[in-house]
Amino acid sequence: MIKTDVIIIGAGPVGLFAIHQLGIKGLKAVVIDNLDKPGGQCIELYPDKPIYDIPAVPECTGKELTDRLLEQIKPFKTKFYLNERVEEVKTKDNSWSIKTNNNNEFIAPNIIIAGGVGSFEPRKLSLKDADKFEGKSIFYSIKNKDDFKNKNICIFGGGDSALDWALELSKSSKITLIHRRKDFRGTQHTLAEIRKLEKQGKIKIKTPFQLDNIEGNEKIQSITIKDESGKSEKIKTDIILSFFGLVMKLGPIAEWGLNMDKKNISVNPNNFETNKKGIFAVGDICTYPGKLKLILSGFHEVALASVECFKRARPNEKYKFEFTTSSKTIKDRLGKK
Amino acid sequence: MAKITYTDQQGNSKTLDVENGLSVMEGAIQNDVPGIDADCGGSMACATCHVYVEEKWLDKLPKAEEGEVDMIDMAFEPKKNSRLSCQIIVTDELDGLKVTTPEKQS
Ligand SMILES: Cc1cc2nc3c(=O)[nH]c(=O)nc-3n(C[C@H](O)[C@H](O)[C@H](O)COP(=O)(O)OP(=O)(O)OC[C@H]3O[C@@H](n4cnc5c(N)ncnc54)[C@H](O)[C@@H]3O)c2cc1C
Ligand code: FES
Repeated sequence: MIKTDVIIIGAGPVGLFAIHQLGIKGLKAVVIDNLDKPGGQCIELYPDKPIYDIPAVPECTGKELTDRLLEQIKPFKTKFYLNERVEEVKTKDNSWSIKTNNNNEFIAPNIIIAGGVGSFEPRKLSLKDADKFEGKSIFYSIKNKDDFKNKNICIFGGGDSALDWALELSKSSKITLIHRRKDFRGTQHTLAEIRKLEKQGKIKIKTPFQLDNIEGNEKIQSITIKDESGKSEKIKTDIILSFFGLVMKLGPIAEWGLNMDKKNISVNPNNFETNKKGIFAVGDICTYPGKLKLILSGFHEVALASVECFKRARPNEKYKFEFTTSSKTIKDRLGKK
Repeated sequence: MAKITYTDQQGNSKTLDVENGLSVMEGAIQNDVPGIDADCGGSMACATCHVYVEEKWLDKLPKAEEGEVDMIDMAFEPKKNSRLSCQIIVTDELDGLKVTTPEKQS
C-alpha cells in the first residue's frame, strides 16, 4: 500500500500540470495512467499536430507540450504508474483508497481525477467470439515478440502498427495482412518493404477484406474474411493481431458514486471538488456551467483544486498564497537558487 | 439550414433542422441524438462519430479527405458509405440528408 498526499488519475496534460501545482505547495503525488506513456490525448491522438492556444507558447506540437510539462515537473520526482487502470475508489479512515488492475493500492486524503474522456484502450474486434480468444490467440498489442514465432498470423489494420508488425514478424512467421481497402497508411519506405516481401511470398496481402468469422474451440483454427460483395475466403490461422487504434473508455469512473452529467463529472467551479469531499475532477472529464474542453482551462482548474488539496492534506497548516518569482520556499522545492 | 435524418440500427429515426455551418455530428450532439459519441470533439481523431450515409448522397457530399478515410479504417464496421459525421458540414444543399448510425461506435 502506497501512501501519498494526492492520487492523480490520468497523466494527460492536465494531470501533469497538477503535479506542478501540488509540488510547489509541498504536496506529494502519484500518477496513474492506463497508457504506456504520459501525455494523454496530446501524445496519443495528435503528437505531431501544432497547438496554437497555450498562453505564451505561440506554437507547439502535442509531443512538445508533453515534453515541456515533463521537464517542468522534473524537480518533484513524481512516481508514475503506467499501464495501470484505476478500478476502484473507496473510503478508508477519513481518506480515500484506490486499487488498480495490477492490484496496486494507494491511499491519500485527496484524489484528482484528470481522466479526460476516459482511459485509452485498444479498439477490440467486434465479433462476439473474439472475447473468448483474447490474450490466447487474439492480441491487440505485443509485449514479447518471441511468443509469435513459427505461427500462421493474420494481422488486421492499415496503419503503422499493422505494417510494422507485419514486417517484423514476417522474419519468423507466415503473415497475412488484411485491410478493408487497397491503400495502406505508412511511410514510403515501410510500404515499399511490404510490397517487396509480398513479391517474395513472405507476406500475403488481402484487400479489401474484413473479418467475418473465427473458427476453433480452444484455439483458433482458421478465420473467414469477406469483402463488400460478399466474396469470402478461409485462412488457416493460429493468431490474430488487430490494430485499430485506441478508444477512450470512461470505464470504472462511472461507478464511483460521483455526480455525472452524461460522460462528465459535475464539479463545484470554486475548487473543482465533486460531490465527494476530497475527490476532485479537472480537465476534459469535468463539467460546470461554461466549461471549455481546452488545455488552458484544465491548467486553471488544477491550480484551484491544488489549494483545496493542501487544506485537506495539511489541516494544521495555513495555506499561504505565493508567487513562484519571489517565494524562497517554492524556489527551494524547484531546486532553484 | 437543412433537414437531416438520423436513423439507428433498430430503425428509430429523428429528423432535425440543423443550421448551416454546423457539422452533422454537432447537429446530433446538440439535440441529444443517441448513437454518435464524438469523443474527440470533431477533430478527426477518434472515429466515434462514424455514420453510414444514404447511398444517393455519397456523390453529393464533398469528398472525404485522406485523414478522414484513414480514420474510418479505425471505425466500427466501416462500409463503402461510411463517413465521419464531424467532417460533413451542413449547407442548404444537404437538405434531406439521411444518415444511419452504426450498432455501436467502439
Ligand atoms: C486532435 C485534437 C486536437 C486538439 N487541439 C487542441 C488545441 O489546439 N488546444 C487545446 O487547448 N486543446 C486541444 N485539444 C483538446 C485537448 O487535447 C484536451 O483538452 C486535453 O488533452 C485534456 O487533457 P486531460 O489531461 O484532461 O485529459 P486527456 O488528455 O484525455 O488524458 C486523460 C488520461 O487519463 C487516463 N485515464 C482515464 N481514466 C483512467 C483510469 N480509470 N485509470 C487510469 N488512467 C485513466 C487516460 O488513459 C488518459 O491518458 C485537442 C484534442 C484533439 C483530439
Ligand atoms: S468526432 Fe472524433 S472523429 Fe469525428
